[in-house]
Amino acid sequence: MKILVCISKTPDTTSKIAFKNGNTVFDDAGVQWIINPYDEWYALVRAIELQEKDPSAVIHLVTVGGADCEPVIRKALALGGNEAIRVNADSTDSYFIAAQIAEIAKQGGYDLVLTGKETIDYNGSTVGAMVAELLDMPYVSLATKFDLNGTTATINRDIEGGEEVNEVGLPVVVSCQKGVAEQRIPNMRGIMAARTKPLKVTEATAVEALTGIVSFELPPAKAGVKLVPADNVAELVRLLHEEAKAI
Amino acid sequence: MSVLIFVDQSEGHIKKSSFEILTYGAQLATQLGVAAQALVAGTVADDLSALGKYGVTKVLHAPAEALNHVDSQMYAQLVATVATTQNASVIIFSHNQTGKAVAGRVAAKLKAGLVTGAVALPDTTSGFVVKRTVFSGKAFANVNILSAVKVISVNPNSFHVTATEGKTAEVETIEIAATPKIKVTAVNKVSGDVPLTEAEIVVSGGRGLKGPENWGMLEDLAKVLHAATACSRPVADSHWRPHHEHVGQTGFQIAPNLYIAIGISGAIQHLAGVNRSKVIVVINKDPEAPFFKAADYGIVGDAFEVIPQLTAEIKKMKGI
Repeated sequence: MKILVCISKTPDTTSKIAFKNGNTVFDDAGVQWIINPYDEWYALVRAIELQEKDPSAVIHLVTVGGADCEPVIRKALALGGNEAIRVNADSTDSYFIAAQIAEIAKQGGYDLVLTGKETIDYNGSTVGAMVAELLDMPYVSLATKFDLNGTTATINRDIEGGEEVNEVGLPVVVSCQKGVAEQRIPNMRGIMAARTKPLKVTEATAVEALTGIVSFELPPAKAGVKLVPADNVAELVRLLHEEAKAI
Repeated sequence: MSVLIFVDQSEGHIKKSSFEILTYGAQLATQLGVAAQALVAGTVADDLSALGKYGVTKVLHAPAEALNHVDSQMYAQLVATVATTQNASVIIFSHNQTGKAVAGRVAAKLKAGLVTGAVALPDTTSGFVVKRTVFSGKAFANVNILSAVKVISVNPNSFHVTATEGKTAEVETIEIAATPKIKVTAVNKVSGDVPLTEAEIVVSGGRGLKGPENWGMLEDLAKVLHAATACSRPVADSHWRPHHEHVGQTGFQIAPNLYIAIGISGAIQHLAGVNRSKVIVVINKDPEAPFFKAADYGIVGDAFEVIPQLTAEIKKMKGI
């Protein structure tokens, strides 16, 4: 079995978000880059668990980005995976990324393509769906549990107002979230092994740009909190009702 | 040319997030000078002609039973086919579970530029620029869609529903051959509760509540407000509350009218999930809690004393 895990680099969750060049570019000064948590904690760890059960399984990691992605992909390799592929391109939008991943997936003939449910920077929650469409494969989004029995996957996923259990034959694309696996910490052996694991670099295929970011903006600052004394809760209710008209 | 709005349904009923995108799509159609049409899939109990009150002139209904479950492949085929036959220039989804499964597929199929998480109507004065949330709610991006056909998924609770009572739409039934590749073996619907992402009011608790046994008073408050309950990440991680109540950067990002945070310090990751709330109330015994800086109203006090009083005062105000 061949598993492809999609890895993104994202700013650390504590990063202060700021922009430069007239609010057109994310200001990454001082930003710590991490593996997108959904890719790492759920998609990658579940793939590793599947390989632990079936040692003949092969895990490849794929990322789309410049050479500055390499520390992050080495960190992912320290957790697990046999090798990594970096598509050397500055990603422009989700369709560009999906097209690159689909190209790698076509060449590699994977049975399973796992992604995180979204990245914590652009939050599109859409690359998995696009990859599935480009590969003409079924797509199970927002998985909270993933089991494999032979070539049939049993997956719990979030739907509007609840969850459902899906059964689907491989190959399939799955986006993973909390519940699929538990976060792991890389150990020293993994960190050492990651240094010598293959990290292949391929050039991007040409894709027409379908969208372009014009500018960024930060949310308007709050005017300041109106504090109500703890012994006058009635006043808070009055303000919420009469002033904020929220209740 | 038209704007095609994909209307989501759950167990035969059309949900609030769909009314929001119907309004959004109808206003966009007016802006572009084209017709607004809705597309509904699966068995529906509601009167579809009534969707006219949100501004659509036509409702296309594909009632095939196979569409009662959201299989992204079948749904994308349906939406793309209808969009092509109706000559749709813009396709609208809600950025909910269904939209997340289907919108990306439709966009890839039609080579259409996609903007997810939209919070406003497109600015069409120069290009087709859609404002969306990025960095998990910490910022917005204005994104220009360059392709001829465009797909937008709109964040729930970011667009106000408007309706003209009495207006109806023409309903047209469409037959499609649909064979799902995914077999649905079980469905568990959360019934009764207000879904978190659709709730007008959310009452949320953090570690300050000290343990899961203390959530009763928070639920009482939620009940009098018809609010959904939520929690911070440490609370979900400690299994005090279920994961589907976790709001924040790695949980749900929500935008209710009113967010009441109780015993939550307001870490940057939590704020990212809730800072699009219209009004934020913070109740915390620590006057230095960073959440007060992001709040509209606050009480520095002990949650165990403040919450029951708040519930009682709201009951008094509502006369219940």
